[in-house]
Amino acid sequence: MFEYTFQWRQAFRALPQMLEGALVTMQISLLSMVLGITIAVLLAVGRNSKSIWLRAPATTWVEVARNTPALFQIYMAHFGLGSFGIYLSPFVALLAGITFNNAGYLCETFRGALRAIPDTQMRAGRSLGMGPAKAFRLIIAPQMFRIAFLPTTNQMVWAILMTSLGVTVGMNTDLTGVTQALNSRTFRTFELFALAGVIYYCIAKAVMLGARLLAWRLFRY
Amino acid sequence: MFDTALTAGDLWFMMKGAGVTLAITFFAVVGGTLMGVTFGVIRSHVSPWLTLPLVFVLDIFRSVPLLIQLILANAFQAIAGLQISPFTTSCIVLALYTSAYCTEIVRGAIDAVPPVTRRAARSLGLTWGQDMTQVVFPMALRVGLPSWIGLTLGVMKDSALVMWLGIIELLKSSQIIITRLQEPMLILLIAGAIYFALSFPIARLGGHLERKWQEND
Repeated sequence: MFEYTFQWRQAFRALPQMLEGALVTMQISLLSMVLGITIAVLLAVGRNSKSIWLRAPATTWVEVARNTPALFQIYMAHFGLGSFGIYLSPFVALLAGITFNNAGYLCETFRGALRAIPDTQMRAGRSLGMGPAKAFRLIIAPQMFRIAFLPTTNQMVWAILMTSLGVTVGMNTDLTGVTQALNSRTFRTFELFALAGVIYYCIAKAVMLGARLLAWRLFRY
Repeated sequence: MFDTALTAGDLWFMMKGAGVTLAITFFAVVGGTLMGVTFGVIRSHVSPWLTLPLVFVLDIFRSVPLLIQLILANAFQAIAGLQISPFTTSCIVLALYTSAYCTEIVRGAIDAVPPVTRRAARSLGLTWGQDMTQVVFPMALRVGLPSWIGLTLGVMKDSALVMWLGIIELLKSSQIIITRLQEPMLILLIAGAIYFALSFPIARLGGHLERKWQEND
């Protein structure tokens, strides 16, 4: 059955390169989360607004992001925009695709959190003389982020896992991209990707652990 | 701008790709749900220390990118000389991936049934099996079904990744047509519309069930 000798040494020799790739992976997922959260807050406010001109685009964004594959969204950014003469590099296309996806999912998370905050909070803020924007920023937003904190960290882990899709549009600097580039040179597919899998696992666990510690520190009261 | 070289044959090719997507999703969800229900029942009944290995293994499927799982499984079956087709490999990997999420859904749903209800059932003389099928199952179903629908849709969307193993599913078939016609936007929009048409009604059904069933609580 097994007529194959595993060559782990070759994989371990590639470890420094792969760790550099892991840094790029972290960079993309962090950027996509920061952008995604910003857009998601705007989308959540838009979806709750009374004006159809705000509600319709926000709803469309969320439904498309949630009902099509992430890979399709990345393809759209990389190949689709080519029809309009816009050519994005794999890095930007990957970032755009994941940000689009993150914003859609996080919007629903934030909307759920907004629903959990009593209306009276907003009314109390307004009756203290705050404008709507100020009351949202100082009273609603902190409570919203607190409720949405754990789902948001889950989304962060998904964002990290999603960055592996970049290799399908020719990304060769992130962890999967580096591994695939090494793979096409050495053909040690199993060893290299097993190592990459271990690195992804460690990153995901580290993020979860970090989030738990942060939650424990932030929400102690 | 509205001229296109897209023919009915190309559309049919994409439809066949969508059929492959649905077939993979079907096998993965059926296999994954069977495994997930088994593991979920075990997890909610056996002490946490004994199920630690199971939890650890299932957690790996959720913490490693699906693409890497697929590549690893395919490389492994080549190394071991198992002669499994890429289609079967992807179904197995996706089924395991589904089971990892399904286990958590099942466990959460079973734990949501109050222990006193189950004790009441047992004290009425129901056996463990009767308690599980006639008391726990109907109550847990209401809690778990909306998340399970979400999981099924997630697996359908994630199944796009099997193209890496050379399977011509919906997204791969549209990519093949794009390479020939060079009209990426139009063809991707069609592929996206197909995904949306498959996913959106079921997602709405899940949301509807969730709202409807919460009224009685």
